[in-house]
Amino acid sequence: MLSPTILIPAILNGLLTGAVYALVALGLTLIYGVLHIINFAHGALLSAALFAAFFAYRLLGLDPYSAVFLLSPIFFALGYALQRFIIGPASHGDDRNMLLVTLGIAVVIENALLFAFRADTRTIDVPYGFKTIDFGFTFLAVPRVVGFVAVFVVALVLWLIMTFTDIGRAIRAVAKEKLGAELAGIDVAHVYAVTFGLGSACVAVAACLLIPNYYVNPSVGNAFVLIAFTIVVLGGMGSVPGALIGALLIGVVESLSGLFLGESLGQIGIFVIFIVVLLVRPSGLFGARA
Amino acid sequence: MRGLGPIAIAVAVLAAVPLVVHSNATLNFLIVTLMIALAGQGWNILGGYGGQYSFGHAAFFGTGAYVTAVLQVRYGVNAWLGFGAGIAAGAALGSVIGALTFRSGLRGSYFALVTLAFAEVLRIIASVAPITGAGVGTLIKLDLGAQAFQFQSRAVFYWAVLALVAGSLVATRLIERSRFGAWLIAVRENEDAAKALGVDARSVKTAAMVISGAITAAAGCFYAQYFLFVDSGIAYGTWISIEALLTPIIGGVGTVFGPLLGALVVKSLGEGAKLVTGDVPGLDLIVYGAVLVLVIWFTPRGLIGGFMQARKWLTRRATPTASSIPEAGRG
Repeated sequence: MLSPTILIPAILNGLLTGAVYALVALGLTLIYGVLHIINFAHGALLSAALFAAFFAYRLLGLDPYSAVFLLSPIFFALGYALQRFIIGPASHGDDRNMLLVTLGIAVVIENALLFAFRADTRTIDVPYGFKTIDFGFTFLAVPRVVGFVAVFVVALVLWLIMTFTDIGRAIRAVAKEKLGAELAGIDVAHVYAVTFGLGSACVAVAACLLIPNYYVNPSVGNAFVLIAFTIVVLGGMGSVPGALIGALLIGVVESLSGLFLGESLGQIGIFVIFIVVLLVRPSGLFGARA
Repeated sequence: MRGLGPIAIAVAVLAAVPLVVHSNATLNFLIVTLMIALAGQGWNILGGYGGQYSFGHAAFFGTGAYVTAVLQVRYGVNAWLGFGAGIAAGAALGSVIGALTFRSGLRGSYFALVTLAFAEVLRIIASVAPITGAGVGTLIKLDLGAQAFQFQSRAVFYWAVLALVAGSLVATRLIERSRFGAWLIAVRENEDAAKALGVDARSVKTAAMVISGAITAAAGCFYAQYFLFVDSGIAYGTWISIEALLTPIIGGVGTVFGPLLGALVVKSLGEGAKLVTGDVPGLDLIVYGAVLVLVIWFTPRGLIGGFMQARKWLTRRATPTASSIPEAGRG
């Protein structure tokens, strides 16, 4: 059971799974870092993005990897509009209201998908969906390796936006000191909406990377988002490197506990980590404060 | 005791319903609505009065349901005792979760997340543990009779759940008027200020979670007795976490009648939507989610808050001098 021929592929697969989790978690941690709320609509947006990627392939014949460039702007706009025109005005600046509004939006999106497409599970069939790369000691699925690389590209793009653009500077200013940023003439409502848009765009990228060898149904996002919550808490809410490392760690933990404990108990490992981190060190591994 | 009059009137009116309505479908609808209201009453103690928004009240509902069912099926315990044990288990779980989370000082998003995680852990455990019947669930044997808390007539079930709701209304009212209630509201409004004035915020919040857990567990116990079946997806599912917070928020968060009013309104809207388009999956939940967002948007204190605002606006128009009195309470 503990032989390296099983253990090493399990760890590698865990890292690849973790990379996709990282994409979902990046959006979540970005939104938390600036708005200081947990976006409960994140999972529903992922389900919606998976459906979008699915129909882009089925109806438009668009390869999922090209669909990234169509869907991420669309989801950016969607996220921007959601925050600017619904979440912001509806919550009157109260954090608890914001949580509830995102929950309400999640319920609406998930059930609108259920209403429109029923609970059927769908998959697409791309030629490279189940291709593998032979690394000599193990085989790894092509879409998962692509996903792994893509995560670092996305993280790099986010870092470039945050470091070198005006909007990036504005986002960092608002995250640090909202009132001060407002006094300096930054439009906080706009910055909030851009942040929410970026978080949603991350979800769209994650969906395009997932769809080649994953499935889609109206509640598929929930499975990811609970794990993404764990990652964000583990890495420290609002911390981008924390989300990346936390995600890879959780991917490996899930893979190994699945190997030793079986599929459903393997999930418990994640939640136990989640609760223990929340109770013992709510600021996470890389977070500055609770 | 002052303030119990409106509760007596509301319960009397509701109690008369089965004398007029005989349709099983309507009674069934009302029973489920009252059960959800009861779960919401539990949430309201902690969330409405204490300001701690739990996203995982399914943990209490499910524990009540499973304890009631499992004690009867596997240990031959009497249904009424099982019911009581279920409520006690909910209270005990509340004290454990409360002690853990409030000791760590979790608030806001963190508190919402950790409650959600507890509910999920319990759901996964219930879906694999042999004692709960794992994936198959637990079926309570049909044994009609008052001693088994099983009734032929829907009306009796209706009165039973109404009695539970009435009890929770009175309890809420008593808490609201007690010193404990004042502490709880002080913690909600400004925890640091309350602490500075000598309120033991951690114990107050934990006590609220115990009461809250017990009431929501009672809804779960009732579920088990009424439907005679429990599985992990029902008992610990997110649906009940959402409905338990939806009803007080929509009706009027931190008010005695909020959850009851909210349950009646959202459940009627859900049924109404089904009548319009036929029974399509997801439709009632779309309505719930939309109503949740709209209520927070336009009347942040729920429908009851909206009524009070409207009344104030009307009286202000009638007597213009009253408008100089500053608005009390929170905005």
